[in-house]
Amino acid sequence: MKYIGKKLAAMLITLLCISFLVYLAFDMIPGDAALSALGTDATPESLAALREQLGLDRPFIERYLEWLFAFIRGDYGMSYKYHMPVADMIVPKLPITVIMAVISFFMMVVIALPIGIYTAKHNGRWADRLIMAVNQVVMAVPHFFMGILITYFFGLVLKLFTPGGFVSYEKDVAGFFAYIIFPCIAIALPKVAMSVKLLRSSCIEEAKKDYVRTAYSKGNDTNKVLYRHVLKNAMIPVITLWGMTLADMLVGSIVIEQVFNIPGIGRILLTSISYRDYPVVEAIIILIAFVVIVANFCVDVIYQLVDPRISIHE
Amino acid sequence: METVIFDMCILNAQIGVGMKGKKTVLQNKVFLQKRAYSLNWMAGACITGCLLILILVGMIHTPYDITKMDSAAKLAAPSLKHLMGCDNFGRDIFSRVLKGMGNTFVIALATVMIGAASGVVIGAFTGYFGGLLDEVLMRINDVVFAFPSILLALVFVSIFGTGKYNVVAALGVAFIPSFARIVRGEFIKYREMDYVKSARLQGVSHLRIIFVHILPNALPVLLSSVMIGFNNAVLAEAGMSYLGIGVQPPDASLGSMLSESQTYLFSAPWYAIFPGLMIILMVLGFSLLAAGKDTM
Repeated sequence: MKYIGKKLAAMLITLLCISFLVYLAFDMIPGDAALSALGTDATPESLAALREQLGLDRPFIERYLEWLFAFIRGDYGMSYKYHMPVADMIVPKLPITVIMAVISFFMMVVIALPIGIYTAKHNGRWADRLIMAVNQVVMAVPHFFMGILITYFFGLVLKLFTPGGFVSYEKDVAGFFAYIIFPCIAIALPKVAMSVKLLRSSCIEEAKKDYVRTAYSKGNDTNKVLYRHVLKNAMIPVITLWGMTLADMLVGSIVIEQVFNIPGIGRILLTSISYRDYPVVEAIIILIAFVVIVANFCVDVIYQLVDPRISIHE
Repeated sequence: METVIFDMCILNAQIGVGMKGKKTVLQNKVFLQKRAYSLNWMAGACITGCLLILILVGMIHTPYDITKMDSAAKLAAPSLKHLMGCDNFGRDIFSRVLKGMGNTFVIALATVMIGAASGVVIGAFTGYFGGLLDEVLMRINDVVFAFPSILLALVFVSIFGTGKYNVVAALGVAFIPSFARIVRGEFIKYREMDYVKSARLQGVSHLRIIFVHILPNALPVLLSSVMIGFNNAVLAEAGMSYLGIGVQPPDASLGSMLSESQTYLFSAPWYAIFPGLMIILMVLGFSLLAAGKDTM
């Protein structure tokens, strides 16, 4: 419990730091809410008046704290471009991106585990060599190119889905999932390749240790040693990787959304960047960072469940 | 890190369990593995070498001008005249791929150099001296590390604008923490060693110990992470150009070619396939080299 508390505190501090740095970074950009509201017909006097009205003339720390508390309450400010609350823009799109990240994460775990174990068990044989060679190539494919390849083969050649024919989950749940499964494959595959490689080498590395010999000499067969002893230890680095990929997948889905023409968070982020719509950019970036950090925290907790030694070392 | 690999069968054979009628060919197996790794190294060297030659050639001369449009050759299929076909403006894809690879290579190299150089300095000082500075810098490092590198680059670009140099700066900064971590770990390992202590007793300055005595020992680990970092930089640059925030048109880049090619995916699949293939080959070449290097 003490370990979890310590990690929780570290997580909160990191979150605060990130929110402060992001706010500071966007505060330093020339041009603020008052300037963008008045546009080209801004006079120095009207600008100063509006700044006072919006509270932009107050000290930085005061504005930061106010913004932070509003953010925690779920008030992300107003979009410069669309003149609507940022929350109303983001919240309906959030499920799309999150569902995509979650599906690809589970896809990765479900595909990578059996392949990784199979290659470790049959290491050195032709099946292992073949899988590892394919693996090496898949690892080199950028996920957006994987997305293009999937669009070409599954969409245009096999006609399993209509490229660009995204349907919102609000209208047609089945259609939504039938479409979204393909971008998820594109996000998951490169990560599958990475986890297979890590799981395989980690299993093989563990298999060299003394406790494995002891387990064998107690009369266990290969399967028992593998599943009851080796795998438990071999999973630790893999779990670290998975914790990091959860963040990658969320960010990866920003790119993949462009490939598959999905109107998710990534689309809003990119258009907001090109319109210099900073409140939106700020809110999305902090939300993603938040998810990433919470994911890291979960990994730390799971870690400790898998390997109780860790909390002693800390 | 991969070392010479023993499989479960060998392990069984060693302790006499579950031999399944196999010969104990431990040495043979190890030999086979070694050969597989030098094969990795050779394949990686071949791919990377060929690509480097292509990049160099592309910097000096391309078969066609990369901005020259030829309305008669719009979306032309690959032929002897246009090796990889033509794009929607009738520009030669092969020439654009050559230039694009050059751009990607230079950006990735610059990114890794910024990341590695700053990472080495930060990691060396924090690892060697420890103390409060170490605590503070590592905390900051953790914060940056928790931030996905593309996201950091997006923040950078939205503040400073799009373009080649901003991408280099953004990705470079995003790469510092991973290098700093690795170098710091190495320095913590070496700073307590006897040769460092004896050098210290002889009156060698801290700076000289850091850069002349310890750093060379940390180089092998650093080299591996530079190679992996290079691959990540290539992928990140391609991703950013794909999103339209990296190299700006009309300059060629593999990522932006891929994003343009999507509209013509059905009528001209080669437009997408060749730039994508080149990204894969670039990354594959370096990862094979890294895999081979670790076992040498």
